[in-house]
Amino acid sequence: MPGLGISFGRGGATTFQQDLKNADVIVIQGSNMAECHPVGFQWVMEAKARGAKIVHVDPRFTRTSAMADLYVPLRAGTDIAFLGGIIRYILENDRAFKEYVVNYTNAPVIVSDDYADPEDLEGFFSGWDAASGEYDTETWKYADVGDMPAAGHKEVVPKGVPPKVRGLDITHRKSDPSLQHPRCVYQILRKHFARYTPEAVADICGVSPEKFLKVCEWLCENSGPDRTGAFCYAVGWTQHTVGVQYIRSAAIIQLLLGNIGRPGGGIMALRGHASIQGSTDIPTLFNLLPGYLPMPHANHDNLSEYLRINSAGAGFWSEYPAYFVSLMKSWFGEAATEETDWGFRWLPAISGDHSHMTTVADMAQGKLRGYFVIGENPVVGSSNGAYHREGLRKLEWLVVRDFALTETAEFWRTAPEIASGEIRPEEIGTEVFFFPAATHTEKDGSFTNTQRMLQWHHKAVEPPGDCRSDLQFTYELGKRLRELYADSTIDRDRPIRALTWDYPELKPGEPDAEAVLAEINGRDLVTGKPLQKYAQLKRDGSTACGCWIYAGVYANGVNQAARRKPAREQHWVAPDWGWAWPDNRRILYNRASAAPDGKPWSERKRYVWWDEEAQKWTGYDNPDFIADRPPAYRPILGAAGLDAISGVDPFILQIDGKGWLYAPAGLLDGPLPTHYEPEESVVENLLYRQQCNPRRLEWHTSSNPYHRAFADPRFSCVLTTYRVTEHHTAGGMSRWLSWLSELMPEMFCEVSPELAGKRGLVHGGWATISTARGDIECRVLVTRRLSPLRVRGRTVHQIGVPYHWGYTGRVRGDSSNDLLAFVADPNVHIQESKALTADIRPGRRGRVRRAAVHGFPARPELGPPRDIVGLRPFKQQPLQHDPAKE
Amino acid sequence: MKGFFTDTTLCIGCKACEVACKQWNQLPDDGFNFTGLSYDNTGHLGSSTWRHVSFVERPVPLGGTLSSFSWLMMSDVCKHCARAGCLEACPTGAIVRTEFGSVYVQPDICNGCGYCVSACPFGVVDRRGDDGRAWKCTLCYDRLKADLTPACAKHCPTGSIQYGDLVELRVKARSRVEELHAQGMGEAYLYGADPESQPGTGGLNAFFLLCDRPEKYNLPPDPVVPTKKVRRSWLSMGAAAVGLAALTLAAVVTP
Repeated sequence: MPGLGISFGRGGATTFQQDLKNADVIVIQGSNMAECHPVGFQWVMEAKARGAKIVHVDPRFTRTSAMADLYVPLRAGTDIAFLGGIIRYILENDRAFKEYVVNYTNAPVIVSDDYADPEDLEGFFSGWDAASGEYDTETWKYADVGDMPAAGHKEVVPKGVPPKVRGLDITHRKSDPSLQHPRCVYQILRKHFARYTPEAVADICGVSPEKFLKVCEWLCENSGPDRTGAFCYAVGWTQHTVGVQYIRSAAIIQLLLGNIGRPGGGIMALRGHASIQGSTDIPTLFNLLPGYLPMPHANHDNLSEYLRINSAGAGFWSEYPAYFVSLMKSWFGEAATEETDWGFRWLPAISGDHSHMTTVADMAQGKLRGYFVIGENPVVGSSNGAYHREGLRKLEWLVVRDFALTETAEFWRTAPEIASGEIRPEEIGTEVFFFPAATHTEKDGSFTNTQRMLQWHHKAVEPPGDCRSDLQFTYELGKRLRELYADSTIDRDRPIRALTWDYPELKPGEPDAEAVLAEINGRDLVTGKPLQKYAQLKRDGSTACGCWIYAGVYANGVNQAARRKPAREQHWVAPDWGWAWPDNRRILYNRASAAPDGKPWSERKRYVWWDEEAQKWTGYDNPDFIADRPPAYRPILGAAGLDAISGVDPFILQIDGKGWLYAPAGLLDGPLPTHYEPEESVVENLLYRQQCNPRRLEWHTSSNPYHRAFADPRFSCVLTTYRVTEHHTAGGMSRWLSWLSELMPEMFCEVSPELAGKRGLVHGGWATISTARGDIECRVLVTRRLSPLRVRGRTVHQIGVPYHWGYTGRVRGDSSNDLLAFVADPNVHIQESKALTADIRPGRRGRVRRAAVHGFPARPELGPPRDIVGLRPFKQQPLQHDPAKE
Repeated sequence: MKGFFTDTTLCIGCKACEVACKQWNQLPDDGFNFTGLSYDNTGHLGSSTWRHVSFVERPVPLGGTLSSFSWLMMSDVCKHCARAGCLEACPTGAIVRTEFGSVYVQPDICNGCGYCVSACPFGVVDRRGDDGRAWKCTLCYDRLKADLTPACAKHCPTGSIQYGDLVELRVKARSRVEELHAQGMGEAYLYGADPESQPGTGGLNAFFLLCDRPEKYNLPPDPVVPTKKVRRSWLSMGAAAVGLAALTLAAVVTP
């Protein structure tokens, strides 16, 4: 989550759901919290009962809107314009929490003279290279400071290897605490957001100025020393070609209003599945190692280069070598020594983009032999499902582990193109291995939930039949691989042989999940004792830790994640329920809940404070600061490492200890959020000549055609996809259950009465929705919960489609993700599923379903360009792999 | 005396109650039918749906909010009436009043006559197609015996369904109405909270806080237990019999 990681230092929700009850205003945007997080939503209801204002901003009136004090409909894909408008409102009306902003954010810092804003460059930041289509971030830096690393999103590899650790000169940066200097961040922000007026917001988002100003006013009047407000978002914000910048916008608002690190404040990132946070902490991502440590890159020649690039001159990332070496000790045990570079060379080095969509595109070109799909149903859950199936057909083998035969497992048997006879199963060479999986009630393990909290679940029943846990599968796979390589003397096989792979087995083949947790927690290799906290990690190889941010989850040899002390037996923060990373902190950056002098900002919002007598930080939560560093501490000029963290630096992972209003490094598409239209839009970009995010990733193939940049006459409606409470994501956990399926039995779309009237759609009847990628059919729900918006004098209709259905399971239907194109955000390679254009007409589709993959490509529409002519190179794919380099 | 207070202003329509009820009581599904009735695809309470969430889309705002539209959600359930029509109509004694004040159909005694179905003013009791017996919410009698909260109330994430002692629930409900009125939601009121406001049923052991007319939620505005009219029916019948006898007599006597 680089949006939060870049802004604050850690890629996780800054607060916990129970704390939402302390908020005085809650803005839910890019999330349908009541439907998708109904259990956590109780804390929003609690806040409401205590008098908080609840705002819901969304293209559709949902069950969340029904509970809100104010529902604001907006055009899908325009949230940055809306949030940018709020930022402008705060700045121009002088509503920022000044003392917080001056001390805890980088607002006063002077930025390099070379920086130029999209305001002056038609939508581009300075440093754009039209030949490569990338930004050189050199001009975005702070003045008088060299290259510096960002805390979040460290996996972005800088060009070249710096001669020494970056950011050692951070204390030399210049600041203007009066915020008046024309090149200070505060003034740059003012200039950047000057265009985001209430009128512009109305024109872009279709939001009336009255409603917009009401949101601004509620936010501002509920922020300050005595009051706080919170933001909640989910994939409605992330799944865009500028997804990361959506979250950055909210981060800027919350920093300006002084809402980070304080009770009732923060940004609640609502994750989509039970352990999605866990799967980025200990990642299933191609470019990260556990704990957000970047994968080695082919550019890094040796360990010292790798460590130099990834360490920071100041803040807790200066301890990078300790985190990395401990990970290597955990993985390779005795074999990881100083002589072997702790096993650095045994790790695979990446040479480019191996993200989900790139992998599928490679698969479709026959570049991949095998594919593991575990706990995922990409044919339904990811964009352009037909393109996915094209890829799967070209594999040699496919492994699917799931509860039921999902669409991904059945792609060769019941997919639409098989049913229509376009493809015959005997023509498909892919060998499919299906492994039935145990559910969470049938195995021990932990979930890391949306608020970074690990909760242990114990096995309640034995898994039926051949169902086994993922842990058992992975462990067995590893054991067999090790057997295969046991006698190998080839150097490249060394990592498999050196791997520590010896978990105690509860019964034959079933490893003890707690032993894995203990390994993740790590131990002191001298005393053999479990680690208590990540600050104990050493860079000399005397500690082992499987994920540095999880150090402490097995403190004292006790499974801290399994603690279940009821809320009524402890204070409201409930630190004895489960365990949250890092160091069981529930609100991150909570040093900011105290004023610069260490005293609480107000009695009402007291949380963590400096105990003058004991000379240490204390409070309701574990203080997110160096325990005994007094508020008055200031680093000397040239200080480095942890010594550079001043007494007023609440963001201890950041190189400068401050919340980043402006991101001088780390992001690929700009230091500030900028409104670009989605890849496919109904209108041109009102603010800049550049229509789309110039740094977006596209895949140009006949299987993945795009519409015109805007106003495509064939596809005149906005389409947005979403989930409903009754189903779970791609349906693998709900469409096989009768009690859930009966609640939402059929694929449907939601349209306004106006659109229904215009297109002749009948309530309860059928409709066919089309994009250039293909057609789907669904039932029609005509509802006033959707209403046409007025955008730039035009009427814009929006269609809502849930994406849960597919061609297997107890209830079936077309998958809405078949409508989507491969197009992605550059920072995290996420699909744009929340805003595109489409057409809708009454009636069912034909028996042979139209899909671009099967030779029904739409005519290529040239139309108006997405980019200013000559400023962006054409790339067939985001990255052409060069086998020679790999 | 135990019961439910269902506060519809807290209902987020998640249907956890419907699923928890089906799971605990092992009820079959109602078929997979898209109804088009907003987000409601199970339609109504019945022999296999003992909790049912209804959705009401209204182009008018809810008091105290700035939205121009509102979406009412209500989790409906057997009302366990203080004066229960089903119980009074049951000829076999299968329907009893339990020690918790709930109305319970004993499946081993029910003979499927169906008198209770027509005697319920809310249309709650329903016979199952396969065995013909009458089924409805038991207030989780088995859970109450084990000192557990009924499954629906246990799973409600927002406290819309509250289970407890009726006297306490009524106090809570009244103060909730006052609170909502103070917040500008003047339309909030209690439905069936006491015998005075709903004499036809003698008050409901599962009562509701509503924000629109009962009909909007598919509830009768003035439910009356049929047996309440027994006395009047018998009197009318008596009068009719006397009248008929008089007429007959008159016809015979009069030359």
